[in-house]
Amino acid sequence: MLRFYGPGHRSESDRGIAASFTCMTQIHIPTPLRQYAGKQPTVEVTAGTVAEALSGLVSQHPDLRRHLYTDDGKLRSFVNVYLNDEDVRYLQKEATAVQDSDTISIVPSIAGGR
Amino acid sequence: MVSMLKIERKDYEALRQHGEETYPHECCGVLLGGMNGDARRVTSIARCGNTRTDSPQNRYNIDPRELVRIQREGRGRGEDIVGFYHSHPDHPAHWSPTDLAEAHWFGCSYVITSVEKGKAVITNAFELSGSDEGDKKLLDEKIEVAQAEM
Repeated sequence: MLRFYGPGHRSESDRGIAASFTCMTQIHIPTPLRQYAGKQPTVEVTAGTVAEALSGLVSQHPDLRRHLYTDDGKLRSFVNVYLNDEDVRYLQKEATAVQDSDTISIVPSIAGGR
Repeated sequence: MVSMLKIERKDYEALRQHGEETYPHECCGVLLGGMNGDARRVTSIARCGNTRTDSPQNRYNIDPRELVRIQREGRGRGEDIVGFYHSHPDHPAHWSPTDLAEAHWFGCSYVITSVEKGKAVITNAFELSGSDEGDKKLLDEKIEVAQAEM
């Protein structure tokens, strides 16, 4: 049976392959960072990978950059990036491909103790 | 100016009770709600597991995956994450150097309950203030406990 998909569609088996597809991806912004993202809880970007999505985010909202990245361009150690319910560190990190229905969550870590 | 955290009695008692239940280990959880003028208003709390099984008596960590879920469920109810809570078993209800070093949610409340010999004693709140990791500090915050639904 032939199936016709719209732009950006890939099957689950394609996950992790950074091809030339791009889709609209929603990025959920945690409350402390919204002041640097136009006070929006969610930002939409066009991206094919998590890296492209985050790059699109900081292009739209440059003030976010220093809160997400170190001076040498690495994601800060306490910044967790989730694609749906998966930590991208356990997928293909920032090279992980995104699909149309995916959402990205930026989640600063919560820890401490006496 | 000292910031304010408004929380219903049932949620306030629930987070204190959580600390008693997990004693002598630290408990942890999330405060959800929104801003009401200059005050953070808590409309629900979510208990979390402490993933620091290597040292649960003096450390806590919330699994980010659990946080993603809590955040998503809160969004569905029109709630945002406004803070977090944890307990200090047999230790004062004041932030520690570890609490400050590991705090990254600026503008949110960090609520700490001292639990002595299994009994919740003092609950204090602190706001993470500052603009980045270099100048952050935890400032005293007033807690207003409301008897009825806010």
